[in-house]
Amino acid sequence: MSDLSFDNVQPSLASRRRIRAFDAIVLILLMLALWQAVGSWTQGVAVSPPWPTLTYLFGLVRTWMFWDHAAATLAAFALAFALSALIGLALGLIFGVRRFAGEVAEPILAGFYTIPKVTLYPVVLLLFGLGMSAKVAFGVMHGLVPMTLFTLGAVRNLPPVLIRTAKVLRLSPGRTMLWILVPACLPEIVNGLRISFSLSLLGVLIGEMFSSQRGLGFLLVSGMAQHNVPLSTAIVTVIVLVAIAANTLMLRLGRPRAR
Amino acid sequence: MTRRCAALLVRIAVLAGSIALLEICCRFGIIDPLTVIPPSEMVTSMIDHLGSGELNESIVNTFSTILLAFVLAIVCGTLAGALIHSSRRLRDVVDPLLASYYSVPTFIFYPLLVALLGLGKAPLVVLGVLSATPAVMISTLSGLDSVPPVLMKLARVQRLSPARALWWIILPSALPRLFTGFKLALSYALIGVIAGEFILSGTGLGYAISFAYQSFDNRAMYGTMLFVLLVAITANGILYVWEGRLARRRLRG
Repeated sequence: MSDLSFDNVQPSLASRRRIRAFDAIVLILLMLALWQAVGSWTQGVAVSPPWPTLTYLFGLVRTWMFWDHAAATLAAFALAFALSALIGLALGLIFGVRRFAGEVAEPILAGFYTIPKVTLYPVVLLLFGLGMSAKVAFGVMHGLVPMTLFTLGAVRNLPPVLIRTAKVLRLSPGRTMLWILVPACLPEIVNGLRISFSLSLLGVLIGEMFSSQRGLGFLLVSGMAQHNVPLSTAIVTVIVLVAIAANTLMLRLGRPRAR
Repeated sequence: MTRRCAALLVRIAVLAGSIALLEICCRFGIIDPLTVIPPSEMVTSMIDHLGSGELNESIVNTFSTILLAFVLAIVCGTLAGALIHSSRRLRDVVDPLLASYYSVPTFIFYPLLVALLGLGKAPLVVLGVLSATPAVMISTLSGLDSVPPVLMKLARVQRLSPARALWWIILPSALPRLFTGFKLALSYALIGVIAGEFILSGTGLGYAISFAYQSFDNRAMYGTMLFVLLVAITANGILYVWEGRLARRRLRG
Protein backbone atom coordinates (compact mmCIF):
# COMPACT_ATOMS: atom_id res chain seq x y z
CA MET A 1 0.00 0.00 0.00
CA SER A 2 2.93 2.29 0.58
CA ASP A 3 3.77 2.70 -3.11
CA LEU A 4 0.30 3.99 -3.93
CA SER A 5 0.93 7.38 -5.46
CA PHE A 6 -1.62 9.87 -6.59
CA ASP A 7 -0.63 9.97 -10.27
CA ASN A 8 -1.48 6.29 -10.51
CA VAL A 9 -5.06 6.81 -9.42
CA GLN A 10 -7.42 6.04 -12.27
CA PRO A 11 -9.95 8.73 -13.10
CA SER A 12 -13.36 7.89 -11.70
CA LEU A 13 -15.95 6.21 -13.89
CA ALA A 14 -18.06 9.36 -14.12
CA SER A 15 -15.18 11.53 -15.24
CA ARG A 16 -14.05 8.92 -17.77
CA ARG A 17 -17.53 8.88 -19.17
CA ARG A 18 -17.45 12.67 -19.38
CA ILE A 19 -14.13 12.56 -21.28
CA ARG A 20 -15.59 10.00 -23.63
CA ALA A 21 -18.71 12.07 -24.31
CA PHE A 22 -16.55 15.13 -24.91
CA ASP A 23 -14.38 13.20 -27.39
CA ALA A 24 -17.43 11.85 -29.18
CA ILE A 25 -18.80 15.37 -29.62
CA VAL A 26 -15.42 16.57 -30.92
CA LEU A 27 -15.41 13.68 -33.38
CA ILE A 28 -18.88 14.51 -34.68
CA LEU A 29 -17.93 18.17 -35.06
CA LEU A 30 -14.77 17.15 -36.93
CA MET A 31 -16.78 14.99 -39.32
CA LEU A 32 -19.25 17.81 -39.95
CA ALA A 33 -16.33 20.16 -40.57
CA LEU A 34 -14.83 17.71 -43.06
CA TRP A 35 -18.17 17.40 -44.83
CA GLN A 36 -18.46 21.20 -44.94
CA ALA A 37 -14.89 21.49 -46.25
CA VAL A 38 -15.51 19.00 -49.07
CA GLY A 39 -18.76 20.78 -49.89
CA SER A 40 -17.26 24.24 -50.06
CA TRP A 41 -14.10 23.05 -51.79
CA THR A 42 -16.14 21.69 -54.69
CA GLN A 43 -18.59 24.60 -54.49
CA GLY A 44 -21.50 22.21 -54.20
CA VAL A 45 -21.08 20.47 -57.58
CA ALA A 46 -20.42 17.07 -56.02
CA VAL A 47 -21.44 17.16 -52.38
CA SER A 48 -23.71 19.70 -50.79
CA PRO A 49 -22.61 20.98 -47.37
CA PRO A 50 -24.33 19.76 -44.16
CA TRP A 51 -26.72 22.63 -43.52
CA PRO A 52 -28.22 22.94 -47.04
CA THR A 53 -28.47 19.14 -47.16
CA LEU A 54 -30.45 19.03 -43.93
CA THR A 55 -32.83 21.79 -45.01
CA TYR A 56 -33.28 20.02 -48.35
CA LEU A 57 -33.91 16.77 -46.50
CA PHE A 58 -36.63 18.36 -44.36
CA GLY A 59 -38.32 19.55 -47.54
CA LEU A 60 -37.86 16.14 -49.15
CA VAL A 61 -39.50 14.12 -46.39
CA ARG A 62 -42.64 16.22 -46.82
CA THR A 63 -43.01 15.12 -50.45
CA TRP A 64 -45.04 12.12 -51.50
CA MET A 65 -42.39 11.13 -54.04
CA PHE A 66 -39.76 10.47 -51.37
CA TRP A 67 -42.01 8.17 -49.35
CA ASP A 68 -43.00 6.28 -52.47
CA HIS A 69 -39.34 5.46 -53.18
CA ALA A 70 -38.55 4.85 -49.52
CA ALA A 71 -41.48 2.44 -49.25
CA ALA A 72 -40.25 0.52 -52.31
CA THR A 73 -36.79 0.13 -50.76
CA LEU A 74 -38.20 -0.69 -47.35
CA ALA A 75 -40.54 -3.39 -48.68
CA ALA A 76 -37.79 -5.05 -50.74
CA PHE A 77 -35.33 -4.81 -47.87
CA ALA A 78 -37.76 -6.12 -45.23
CA LEU A 79 -38.58 -9.15 -47.37
CA ALA A 80 -34.91 -9.79 -48.22
CA PHE A 81 -33.83 -9.49 -44.60
CA ALA A 82 -36.63 -11.71 -43.31
CA LEU A 83 -35.86 -14.40 -45.89
CA SER A 84 -32.10 -14.23 -45.24
CA ALA A 85 -32.61 -14.42 -41.49
CA LEU A 86 -35.08 -17.32 -41.49
CA ILE A 87 -33.44 -19.45 -44.19
CA GLY A 88 -29.97 -18.65 -42.84
CA LEU A 89 -30.97 -19.60 -39.32
CA ALA A 90 -32.50 -22.89 -40.47
CA LEU A 91 -29.52 -23.77 -42.68
CA GLY A 92 -27.06 -22.80 -39.96
CA LEU A 93 -28.82 -24.99 -37.38
CA ILE A 94 -28.98 -27.96 -39.75
CA PHE A 95 -25.32 -27.64 -40.84
CA GLY A 96 -24.31 -27.11 -37.22
CA VAL A 97 -26.01 -30.24 -35.95
CA ARG A 98 -25.08 -32.42 -38.92
CA ARG A 99 -21.33 -32.05 -38.56
CA PHE A 100 -20.36 -33.66 -41.84
CA ALA A 101 -22.80 -31.66 -43.94
CA GLY A 102 -21.45 -28.56 -42.18
CA GLU A 103 -17.86 -29.49 -43.04
CA VAL A 104 -18.83 -29.96 -46.66
CA ALA A 105 -20.84 -26.75 -46.91
CA GLU A 106 -18.79 -24.26 -44.91
CA PRO A 107 -15.93 -23.61 -47.40
CA ILE A 108 -18.42 -23.36 -50.26
CA LEU A 109 -20.42 -20.75 -48.34
CA ALA A 110 -17.29 -18.89 -47.23
CA GLY A 111 -16.08 -18.83 -50.82
CA PHE A 112 -19.40 -17.47 -52.01
CA TYR A 113 -19.22 -14.80 -49.28
CA THR A 114 -15.98 -13.34 -50.67
CA ILE A 115 -16.75 -13.25 -54.41
CA PRO A 116 -17.96 -10.00 -56.00
CA LYS A 117 -21.66 -10.82 -56.18
CA VAL A 118 -22.43 -7.77 -58.30
CA THR A 119 -21.16 -9.69 -61.30
CA LEU A 120 -24.03 -12.12 -60.76
CA TYR A 121 -26.70 -9.43 -60.75
CA PRO A 122 -27.40 -9.74 -64.51
CA VAL A 123 -28.18 -13.44 -63.94
CA VAL A 124 -30.59 -12.49 -61.17
CA LEU A 125 -32.22 -9.98 -63.50
CA LEU A 126 -32.53 -12.59 -66.25
CA LEU A 127 -34.03 -15.11 -63.82
CA PHE A 128 -36.42 -12.82 -61.96
CA GLY A 129 -37.03 -10.01 -64.42
CA LEU A 130 -36.79 -6.32 -63.67
CA GLY A 131 -38.55 -5.30 -60.52
CA MET A 132 -39.09 -6.09 -56.89
CA SER A 133 -38.30 -9.82 -56.92
CA ALA A 134 -34.84 -9.34 -58.46
CA LYS A 135 -33.94 -6.81 -55.76
CA VAL A 136 -35.17 -9.15 -53.04
CA ALA A 137 -33.27 -12.10 -54.49
CA PHE A 138 -30.09 -10.03 -54.71
CA GLY A 139 -30.54 -8.89 -51.10
CA VAL A 140 -30.96 -12.51 -50.01
CA MET A 141 -27.80 -13.49 -51.91
CA HIS A 142 -25.91 -11.00 -49.78
CA GLY A 143 -27.61 -11.59 -46.45
CA LEU A 144 -28.13 -15.34 -46.39
CA VAL A 145 -24.54 -16.56 -46.16
CA PRO A 146 -23.34 -14.53 -43.14
CA MET A 147 -26.44 -15.55 -41.19
CA THR A 148 -25.81 -19.23 -42.03
CA LEU A 149 -22.10 -19.04 -41.19
CA PHE A 150 -22.64 -17.30 -37.85
CA THR A 151 -25.34 -19.74 -36.75
CA LEU A 152 -23.26 -22.70 -37.91
CA GLY A 153 -20.25 -21.51 -35.94
CA ALA A 154 -22.33 -20.92 -32.83
CA VAL A 155 -23.92 -24.38 -32.90
CA ARG A 156 -20.57 -26.04 -33.55
CA ASN A 157 -18.98 -24.38 -30.53
CA LEU A 158 -21.77 -25.30 -28.14
CA PRO A 159 -20.80 -27.33 -25.08
CA PRO A 160 -21.63 -30.94 -26.07
CA VAL A 161 -23.38 -31.44 -22.73
CA LEU A 162 -26.31 -29.36 -23.99
CA ILE A 163 -26.88 -31.64 -26.95
CA ARG A 164 -26.48 -34.72 -24.77
CA THR A 165 -29.06 -33.29 -22.38
CA ALA A 166 -31.46 -32.88 -25.28
CA LYS A 167 -30.86 -36.51 -26.22
CA VAL A 168 -31.38 -37.73 -22.66
CA LEU A 169 -34.62 -35.78 -22.40
CA ARG A 170 -35.63 -37.26 -25.78
CA LEU A 171 -36.59 -33.89 -27.19
CA SER A 172 -37.82 -33.91 -30.76
CA PRO A 173 -35.53 -32.17 -33.29
CA GLY A 174 -37.88 -29.19 -33.44
CA ARG A 175 -37.94 -28.77 -29.68
CA THR A 176 -34.19 -29.25 -29.43
CA MET A 177 -33.78 -26.33 -31.80
CA LEU A 178 -36.35 -24.13 -30.11
CA TRP A 179 -35.45 -24.86 -26.46
CA ILE A 180 -31.75 -25.61 -26.57
CA LEU A 181 -29.94 -24.52 -29.72
CA VAL A 182 -31.51 -21.12 -30.36
CA PRO A 183 -31.31 -19.82 -26.76
CA ALA A 184 -27.74 -21.08 -26.34
CA CYS A 185 -26.60 -19.45 -29.58
CA LEU A 186 -28.55 -16.22 -29.17
CA PRO A 187 -25.63 -13.74 -28.95
CA GLU A 188 -24.03 -15.18 -32.09
CA ILE A 189 -27.39 -15.25 -33.85
CA VAL A 190 -27.91 -11.56 -33.07
CA ASN A 191 -24.43 -10.89 -34.48
CA GLY A 192 -25.32 -12.80 -37.63
CA LEU A 193 -28.55 -10.81 -37.89
CA ARG A 194 -26.57 -7.58 -37.63
CA ILE A 195 -24.21 -8.50 -40.49
CA SER A 196 -27.05 -9.96 -42.52
CA PHE A 197 -29.05 -6.75 -42.01
CA SER A 198 -26.37 -4.50 -43.43
CA LEU A 199 -25.46 -6.80 -46.30
CA SER A 200 -29.03 -7.39 -47.45
CA LEU A 201 -29.52 -3.61 -47.33
CA LEU A 202 -26.42 -3.27 -49.51
CA GLY A 203 -27.74 -5.89 -51.92
CA VAL A 204 -31.12 -4.18 -52.27
CA LEU A 205 -29.52 -0.76 -52.77
CA ILE A 206 -27.06 -2.00 -55.42
CA GLY A 207 -29.97 -3.72 -57.12
CA GLU A 208 -31.83 -0.42 -57.20
CA MET A 209 -28.83 1.49 -58.50
CA PHE A 210 -28.58 -0.75 -61.56
CA SER A 211 -31.51 -0.67 -64.02
CA SER A 212 -34.36 0.05 -61.65
CA GLN A 213 -37.12 2.64 -61.65
CA ARG A 214 -37.97 2.90 -57.98
CA GLY A 215 -36.34 3.00 -54.57
CA LEU A 216 -33.75 5.07 -52.75
CA GLY A 217 -30.87 3.58 -54.75
CA PHE A 218 -32.55 4.69 -57.96
CA LEU A 219 -33.23 8.14 -56.47
CA LEU A 220 -29.54 8.45 -55.55
CA VAL A 221 -28.34 7.60 -59.05
CA SER A 222 -30.96 9.76 -60.73
CA GLY A 223 -30.11 12.66 -58.41
CA MET A 224 -26.54 12.37 -59.62
CA ALA A 225 -27.52 12.03 -63.28
CA GLN A 226 -29.67 15.18 -63.08
CA HIS A 227 -26.92 17.08 -61.22
CA ASN A 228 -29.31 17.42 -58.30
CA VAL A 229 -26.51 17.41 -55.74
CA PRO A 230 -28.62 18.13 -52.62
CA LEU A 231 -30.88 15.19 -53.52
CA SER A 232 -28.08 12.63 -53.81
CA THR A 233 -26.32 13.94 -50.69
CA ALA A 234 -29.60 13.86 -48.75
CA ILE A 235 -30.30 10.25 -49.78
CA VAL A 236 -26.80 9.17 -48.74
CA THR A 237 -27.32 10.92 -45.40
CA VAL A 238 -30.63 9.17 -44.78
CA ILE A 239 -29.20 5.74 -45.59
CA VAL A 240 -26.11 6.25 -43.43
CA LEU A 241 -28.17 7.46 -40.46
CA VAL A 242 -30.66 4.59 -40.69
CA ALA A 243 -27.90 1.99 -41.06
CA ILE A 244 -25.93 3.30 -38.08
CA ALA A 245 -29.06 3.54 -35.90
CA ALA A 246 -30.10 -0.04 -36.71
CA ASN A 247 -26.57 -1.36 -36.15
CA THR A 248 -26.24 0.40 -32.79
CA LEU A 249 -29.58 -1.01 -31.68
CA MET A 250 -28.54 -4.55 -32.61
CA LEU A 251 -25.12 -4.17 -30.98
CA ARG A 252 -26.93 -3.24 -27.75
CA LEU A 253 -29.24 -6.24 -28.05
CA GLY A 254 -26.37 -8.61 -28.75
CA ARG A 255 -24.23 -7.56 -25.83
CA PRO A 256 -24.15 -10.40 -23.30
CA ARG A 257 -25.97 -9.31 -20.18
CA ALA A 258 -24.58 -9.84 -16.71
CA ARG A 259 -26.50 -12.60 -15.03
CA MET B 1 -7.41 -36.27 -41.66
CA THR B 2 -9.49 -38.91 -43.44
CA ARG B 3 -12.59 -37.04 -42.37
CA ARG B 4 -11.24 -33.88 -43.91
CA CYS B 5 -10.44 -35.75 -47.11
CA ALA B 6 -13.93 -37.22 -47.18
CA ALA B 7 -15.45 -33.76 -46.71
CA LEU B 8 -13.27 -32.45 -49.53
CA LEU B 9 -14.32 -35.28 -51.85
CA VAL B 10 -18.01 -34.81 -51.07
CA ARG B 11 -17.63 -31.06 -51.59
CA ILE B 12 -16.07 -31.59 -55.01
CA ALA B 13 -18.79 -34.11 -55.86
CA VAL B 14 -21.54 -31.67 -54.81
CA LEU B 15 -20.05 -28.85 -56.89
CA ALA B 16 -19.41 -31.08 -59.91
CA GLY B 17 -22.92 -32.52 -59.59
CA SER B 18 -24.55 -29.09 -59.55
CA ILE B 19 -22.57 -28.00 -62.58
CA ALA B 20 -23.55 -31.18 -64.41
CA LEU B 21 -27.18 -30.67 -63.41
CA LEU B 22 -27.10 -27.12 -64.76
CA GLU B 23 -25.52 -28.38 -67.98
CA ILE B 24 -28.25 -31.02 -68.42
CA CYS B 25 -31.05 -28.56 -67.62
CA CYS B 26 -29.70 -26.11 -70.18
CA ARG B 27 -29.07 -28.73 -72.87
CA PHE B 28 -32.55 -30.19 -72.58
CA GLY B 29 -34.27 -26.83 -72.61
CA ILE B 30 -35.53 -26.96 -69.03
CA ILE B 31 -33.74 -23.65 -68.53
CA ASP B 32 -34.17 -21.13 -71.31
CA PRO B 33 -30.83 -20.49 -73.10
CA LEU B 34 -31.77 -16.80 -73.10
CA THR B 35 -31.53 -16.92 -69.30
CA VAL B 36 -28.58 -19.18 -68.54
CA ILE B 37 -26.22 -20.72 -71.05
CA PRO B 38 -24.72 -24.18 -70.40
CA PRO B 39 -21.56 -24.14 -68.22
CA SER B 40 -19.47 -25.75 -70.98
CA GLU B 41 -20.36 -22.87 -73.26
CA MET B 42 -19.45 -20.37 -70.53
CA VAL B 43 -15.99 -21.92 -70.45
CA THR B 44 -15.53 -21.85 -74.23
CA SER B 45 -16.80 -18.27 -74.32
CA MET B 46 -14.35 -17.31 -71.60
CA ILE B 47 -11.47 -18.90 -73.52
CA ASP B 48 -12.60 -17.22 -76.76
CA HIS B 49 -12.82 -13.78 -75.19
CA LEU B 50 -9.53 -14.12 -73.35
CA GLY B 51 -7.81 -15.45 -76.48
CA SER B 52 -9.12 -12.72 -78.78
CA GLY B 53 -7.45 -10.10 -76.61
CA GLU B 54 -10.47 -7.80 -76.50
CA LEU B 55 -10.59 -8.08 -72.71
CA ASN B 56 -6.89 -7.33 -72.20
CA GLU B 57 -7.39 -3.62 -71.62
CA SER B 58 -10.23 -4.22 -69.15
CA ILE B 59 -8.21 -6.82 -67.30
CA VAL B 60 -5.21 -4.51 -66.93
CA ASN B 61 -7.45 -1.62 -65.87
CA THR B 62 -9.42 -3.58 -63.31
CA PHE B 63 -6.54 -5.40 -61.68
CA SER B 64 -4.27 -2.36 -61.50
CA THR B 65 -7.12 -0.46 -59.80
CA ILE B 66 -7.71 -3.30 -57.36
CA LEU B 67 -3.99 -3.62 -56.63
CA LEU B 68 -3.62 0.12 -56.03
CA ALA B 69 -6.63 0.18 -53.70
CA PHE B 70 -5.39 -2.92 -51.88
CA VAL B 71 -1.88 -1.55 -51.31
CA LEU B 72 -3.17 1.85 -50.22
CA ALA B 73 -5.66 0.21 -47.86
CA ILE B 74 -2.93 -1.92 -46.27
CA VAL B 75 -0.56 1.00 -45.81
CA CYS B 76 -3.20 3.43 -44.49
CA GLY B 77 -4.95 0.79 -42.40
CA THR B 78 -1.81 -0.50 -40.70
CA LEU B 79 -0.50 2.99 -39.95
CA ALA B 80 -3.87 4.20 -38.66
CA GLY B 81 -4.29 1.03 -36.60
CA ALA B 82 -0.85 1.46 -35.01
CA LEU B 83 -1.59 5.12 -34.27
CA ILE B 84 -4.94 4.31 -32.66
CA HIS B 85 -3.41 1.49 -30.66
CA SER B 86 -0.87 3.87 -29.14
CA SER B 87 -3.50 6.10 -27.53
CA ARG B 88 -6.16 4.79 -25.18
CA ARG B 89 -8.26 7.91 -25.56
CA LEU B 90 -8.18 7.87 -29.36
CA ARG B 91 -9.15 4.21 -29.25
CA ASP B 92 -12.18 4.89 -27.05
CA VAL B 93 -13.37 7.34 -29.69
CA VAL B 94 -12.65 5.24 -32.77
CA ASP B 95 -13.82 1.82 -31.53
CA PRO B 96 -17.56 2.54 -31.84
CA LEU B 97 -16.93 4.05 -35.28
CA LEU B 98 -15.15 0.91 -36.45
CA ALA B 99 -17.86 -1.28 -34.95
CA SER B 100 -20.58 0.38 -37.00
CA TYR B 101 -18.52 1.18 -40.09
CA TYR B 102 -19.43 -1.92 -42.05
CA SER B 103 -23.13 -1.48 -41.34
CA VAL B 104 -23.09 1.49 -43.69
CA PRO B 105 -23.23 0.38 -47.31
CA THR B 106 -20.04 2.21 -48.37
CA PHE B 107 -21.03 1.68 -51.94
CA ILE B 108 -23.67 4.43 -51.83
CA PHE B 109 -20.83 6.97 -51.67
CA TYR B 110 -19.74 5.93 -55.14
CA PRO B 111 -22.01 8.36 -57.08
CA LEU B 112 -20.77 11.19 -54.87
CA LEU B 113 -17.17 10.13 -55.49
CA VAL B 114 -17.77 10.09 -59.24
CA ALA B 115 -19.21 13.58 -59.04
CA LEU B 116 -16.27 14.66 -56.93
CA LEU B 117 -13.39 13.05 -58.82
CA GLY B 118 -14.81 12.51 -62.28
CA LEU B 119 -15.43 9.24 -64.06
CA GLY B 120 -12.26 7.19 -64.14
CA LYS B 121 -9.82 5.36 -61.97
CA ALA B 122 -9.77 7.78 -59.04
CA PRO B 123 -13.31 7.20 -57.64
CA LEU B 124 -12.85 3.43 -58.00
CA VAL B 125 -9.59 3.49 -56.07
CA VAL B 126 -11.12 5.67 -53.36
CA LEU B 127 -14.14 3.35 -53.14
CA GLY B 128 -11.86 0.32 -52.82
CA VAL B 129 -9.76 2.04 -50.16
CA LEU B 130 -12.87 3.18 -48.26
CA SER B 131 -14.24 -0.33 -48.11
CA ALA B 132 -10.97 -2.13 -47.36
CA THR B 133 -9.09 0.15 -44.94
CA PRO B 134 -11.27 -0.31 -41.83
CA ALA B 135 -10.84 -4.10 -42.04
CA VAL B 136 -7.06 -3.61 -41.97
CA MET B 137 -7.39 -1.15 -39.07
CA ILE B 138 -9.51 -3.57 -37.06
CA SER B 139 -7.13 -6.45 -37.65
CA THR B 140 -4.08 -4.31 -36.86
CA LEU B 141 -5.66 -3.33 -33.55
CA SER B 142 -6.50 -6.91 -32.66
CA GLY B 143 -3.05 -8.07 -33.82
CA LEU B 144 -1.29 -5.54 -31.61
CA ASP B 145 -3.60 -6.49 -28.75
CA SER B 146 -2.58 -10.11 -29.20
CA VAL B 147 1.13 -9.47 -28.55
CA PRO B 148 1.72 -11.01 -25.10
CA PRO B 149 2.74 -8.28 -22.59
CA VAL B 150 5.55 -10.51 -21.34
CA LEU B 151 7.20 -10.33 -24.77
CA MET B 152 7.03 -6.55 -24.73
CA LYS B 153 8.69 -6.64 -21.32
CA LEU B 154 11.34 -8.91 -22.76
CA ALA B 155 11.98 -6.39 -25.53
CA ARG B 156 12.46 -3.69 -22.92
CA VAL B 157 14.77 -5.87 -20.85
CA GLN B 158 16.87 -6.66 -23.92
CA ARG B 159 16.82 -2.93 -24.78
CA LEU B 160 15.73 -3.60 -28.34
CA SER B 161 15.43 -0.55 -30.53
CA PRO B 162 11.83 0.15 -31.67
CA ALA B 163 12.61 -1.14 -35.17
CA ARG B 164 14.07 -4.38 -33.82
CA ALA B 165 11.23 -4.81 -31.33
CA LEU B 166 8.83 -4.44 -34.25
CA TRP B 167 10.70 -6.98 -36.37
CA TRP B 168 11.56 -9.58 -33.72
CA ILE B 169 8.69 -9.30 -31.26
CA ILE B 170 5.61 -7.49 -32.53
CA LEU B 171 5.38 -8.68 -36.12
CA PRO B 172 5.73 -12.42 -35.44
CA SER B 173 2.98 -12.31 -32.79
CA ALA B 174 0.66 -9.98 -34.66
CA LEU B 175 1.12 -11.46 -38.12
CA PRO B 176 -1.71 -14.04 -38.17
CA ARG B 177 -4.31 -11.41 -37.23
CA LEU B 178 -2.79 -8.86 -39.60
CA PHE B 179 -2.99 -11.40 -42.36
CA THR B 180 -6.70 -11.93 -41.76
CA GLY B 181 -7.11 -8.21 -42.30
CA PHE B 182 -5.12 -8.33 -45.55
CA LYS B 183 -7.27 -11.18 -46.80
CA LEU B 184 -10.47 -9.24 -46.04
CA ALA B 185 -8.95 -6.12 -47.60
CA LEU B 186 -8.32 -7.94 -50.86
CA SER B 187 -11.84 -9.25 -51.12
CA TYR B 188 -13.38 -5.89 -50.13
CA ALA B 189 -11.20 -4.00 -52.63
CA LEU B 190 -12.14 -6.50 -55.31
CA ILE B 191 -15.85 -6.26 -54.54
CA GLY B 192 -15.79 -2.46 -54.31
CA VAL B 193 -13.89 -1.87 -57.54
CA ILE B 194 -15.85 -4.37 -59.63
CA ALA B 195 -19.18 -3.15 -58.24
CA GLY B 196 -18.20 0.44 -59.05
CA GLU B 197 -17.24 -0.51 -62.59
CA PHE B 198 -20.46 -2.43 -62.97
CA ILE B 199 -22.80 0.37 -61.87
CA LEU B 200 -21.10 3.42 -63.35
CA SER B 201 -17.88 3.39 -65.34
CA GLY B 202 -16.42 3.34 -68.82
CA THR B 203 -13.77 0.64 -68.46
CA GLY B 204 -12.93 -2.55 -66.67
CA LEU B 205 -14.31 -6.03 -66.28
CA GLY B 206 -17.37 -4.93 -64.28
CA TYR B 207 -18.23 -2.54 -67.09
CA ALA B 208 -17.67 -5.28 -69.67
CA ILE B 209 -20.23 -7.47 -67.89
CA SER B 210 -22.84 -4.74 -67.59
CA PHE B 211 -22.24 -3.70 -71.21
CA ALA B 212 -22.73 -7.27 -72.41
CA TYR B 213 -25.91 -7.54 -70.33
CA GLN B 214 -27.31 -4.35 -71.79
CA SER B 215 -26.54 -5.41 -75.35
CA PHE B 216 -28.14 -8.86 -74.77
CA ASP B 217 -24.81 -10.60 -75.45
CA ASN B 218 -25.31 -13.51 -73.05
CA ARG B 219 -22.28 -15.46 -74.25
CA ALA B 220 -19.86 -12.60 -73.61
CA MET B 221 -21.57 -11.79 -70.33
CA TYR B 222 -21.28 -15.31 -68.92
CA GLY B 223 -17.72 -15.72 -70.20
CA THR B 224 -16.51 -12.51 -68.54
CA MET B 225 -18.48 -13.28 -65.38
CA LEU B 226 -16.89 -16.73 -65.12
CA PHE B 227 -13.43 -15.21 -65.55
CA VAL B 228 -14.00 -12.62 -62.81
CA LEU B 229 -15.38 -15.22 -60.41
CA LEU B 230 -12.53 -17.66 -61.11
CA VAL B 231 -9.93 -14.96 -60.48
CA ALA B 232 -11.68 -13.86 -57.26
CA ILE B 233 -12.00 -17.42 -55.99
CA THR B 234 -8.36 -18.23 -56.83
CA ALA B 235 -7.01 -15.08 -55.15
CA ASN B 236 -9.09 -15.60 -52.02
CA GLY B 237 -8.27 -19.31 -51.98
CA ILE B 238 -4.51 -18.68 -52.09
CA LEU B 239 -4.73 -16.21 -49.21
CA TYR B 240 -6.99 -18.61 -47.28
CA VAL B 241 -4.47 -21.47 -47.53
CA TRP B 242 -1.59 -19.15 -46.69
CA GLU B 243 -3.47 -17.85 -43.65
CA GLY B 244 -4.07 -21.39 -42.41
CA ARG B 245 -0.33 -22.11 -42.69
CA LEU B 246 0.55 -18.98 -40.73
CA ALA B 247 -1.93 -19.85 -38.01
CA ARG B 248 -0.59 -23.41 -37.73
CA ARG B 249 3.00 -22.20 -37.56
CA ARG B 250 1.94 -19.87 -34.78
CA LEU B 251 0.39 -22.77 -32.86
CA ARG B 252 3.55 -24.86 -33.22
CA GLY B 253 5.98 -22.07 -32.33
